[in-house]
Amino acid sequence: MSIISIRNLTKIYDGSSVEVTAVNGVNLDFEKGEFAAIVGPSGSGKTTLLNMLGGLDRPTSGEVIIDGQNIWDLSSSKLTEFRLNKIGFVFQSYNLIPVLTAGENTEFIMHLQGKSREERNKRTKELLDEVGIGDRIKSRPNKLSGGQQQRVAVARALASKPTFILADEPTANLDSKSTENLLDIMEKLNKEENVTFIFSTHDARVVNKARRVITLVDGQVDTDVTK
Amino acid sequence: MIWSISWKNIWRNKVRSAVVLTAIALGLTAGIFSSAFFTGMVNQRVEQAISNEISHIQIHKEGFRETTELKYFISDAGEKADSIKMIPSVTGVSNRIVIYSMVASAETAAGVKITGIVPEDESKVTGIHKKMIDGAYFERVKRNPVIIGKKLAEKLKVRVRSKVVITLQDMDKNITGGAFRVAGIFETANTGFDENNIYVRYSDLARLTDMPADACHEIAILINDNNQTLAVDDQVKKMFPALEVLNWKEISPEMSYLTEMMSLYNYIFIVIILFALLFGIINTMLMVVLERRKELGMLLAIGMSRIKVFMMIMLETVLLSLTGGVLGMIMGGLVSQYFGKTPINLSRWGEGYSQLGYDTVVYTHIESENFIVIAVMVIITGIIAALYPAYKALKYDPAEALRIE
Ligand SMILES: Nc1ncnc2c1ncn2[C@@H]1O[C@H](COP(=O)(O)OP(=O)(O)OP(=O)(O)O)[C@@H](O)[C@H]1O
Ligand SMILES: [Mg+2]
Repeated sequence: MSIISIRNLTKIYDGSSVEVTAVNGVNLDFEKGEFAAIVGPSGSGKTTLLNMLGGLDRPTSGEVIIDGQNIWDLSSSKLTEFRLNKIGFVFQSYNLIPVLTAGENTEFIMHLQGKSREERNKRTKELLDEVGIGDRIKSRPNKLSGGQQQRVAVARALASKPTFILADEPTANLDSKSTENLLDIMEKLNKEENVTFIFSTHDARVVNKARRVITLVDGQVDTDVTK
Repeated sequence: MIWSISWKNIWRNKVRSAVVLTAIALGLTAGIFSSAFFTGMVNQRVEQAISNEISHIQIHKEGFRETTELKYFISDAGEKADSIKMIPSVTGVSNRIVIYSMVASAETAAGVKITGIVPEDESKVTGIHKKMIDGAYFERVKRNPVIIGKKLAEKLKVRVRSKVVITLQDMDKNITGGAFRVAGIFETANTGFDENNIYVRYSDLARLTDMPADACHEIAILINDNNQTLAVDDQVKKMFPALEVLNWKEISPEMSYLTEMMSLYNYIFIVIILFALLFGIINTMLMVVLERRKELGMLLAIGMSRIKVFMMIMLETVLLSLTGGVLGMIMGGLVSQYFGKTPINLSRWGEGYSQLGYDTVVYTHIESENFIVIAVMVIITGIIAALYPAYKALKYDPAEALRIE
């Protein structure tokens, strides 16, 4: 059974002058352990789709069913809790908390979950080692390169043990070496730990690594290819 | 962890936070200093009134205070005084004959309050004997000595050893009088008091007025701790149910009113300062929340609840306010402590203060409980200031906030 089912998902923005149909009747299913890329030209609705999938942006119509639960039926606070426990987020511009160290940024989400200190410390160390910056656990984001910051962001996304990870253009701000490095880590986590990744991208190298490529055009699924 | 994030967030924009902290600290320093100054001034006024004029507790016969007539005297006063002296916290008891009448010099005459005292007893109750600036306290003049205030001496144009005549009605309402010689001149901080009071010996005044033996109009009691006033007051009332026993707050309600008004005024002043600071804090925190919109959106997105985001901003605001508050309290406390030891001399600014009975040398004074009240007021200010910015943060839409470049 698929962990995510998207049914007839549509998002219409009420612009000031015109209505914009950002996502238009999308149907998709994702299985556990997928490594899927969503591609498409700018404005094709990638971010909008991921936001609806991630419980951040309410669809105009349609359903997002995760682990058997239509997330948009949940109350706002239940949905927040759902995001906390089931979804990991990686953003284009890293979005770490600047006043916290790499370790604290990773730990923060477990703190929100109410995990014990020992568990937090243990997992933080494991995760940062896994993404290859265990030695920078005490560094603040402004002392880290973009690639290192994004690796902390991946560690943070994994920290809550989510059902899947959503990443909107995670490599858009990275140089090619950092991009490759981050993708290797994501791929490794995907293969070794069976973590489900769904990410959007413009980058051909990222697309190459993906095992499934969904192409959006004008808010509709144009092609959906599994390698 | 939220505490530590809030605390660290304060220092993200060091210049901006420093400006707010300085404003709060300076505002509170000014507020605390002014409060300590006026409290000191009023306390000195009250202490002086107690130690020079009213003492802690006074006993009269019912009717004396209203009419000031001679016939309302307390009999067997010596025995009564002795039993009052048995109360442990009582340090002095003075029996007084009090007459409102006239004193005349070769130059002019004045209406005054004439108090007949036993000098040794009176010196245990009031501090007049320590305020002598010329001559001596009932010394060196053998017959009918009188001590008078400096202001009155100037008015009557008399000096030590000058003769003055006291005219009064005796018990039978006959006009009588006596010649007295100035033995000493006193000066208190209250020029009004100095102008209207003279002291003679109890025995001289008793003879002049023909009062019965061992009678007096007023028994004045001094105790060693102002906080014991009410307890002793109670005890004395039980001892003499037929007499009118009053504590200093009842004798001089304007004094206790003054103390209460002053602490109210002090808090109002600090509230006004904090109210002005409130808008500075709100403004700063609104900027903070606006600047961090994307970050706050991210926190909401990854699953931080809105209530936690709200609390985080609240906490940051309260911590910011309280940091400024603590700085201000330390500074204000140090300044007040300094001027509590090195008094401020107001004599340059004129006579006015001493006319009203205020010392022109002010020792600032602040109670430690004032700091607790001020700290609570600062926290409340922080909470009020935080409400709107924190509410704004709570209303952010994560999807929208995250789209910000
Ligand atoms: N809040 C909004 N209000 C109105 N229109 C919006 C809003 N957000 C997005 N849109 C519109 O919805 C459409 C889809 O936007 P979206 O950001 O999902 O595209 P995208 O594929 O992520 O593009 P990009 O590759 O540039 O990130 C665009 O036409 C965009 O202008
Ligand atoms: Mg996008």
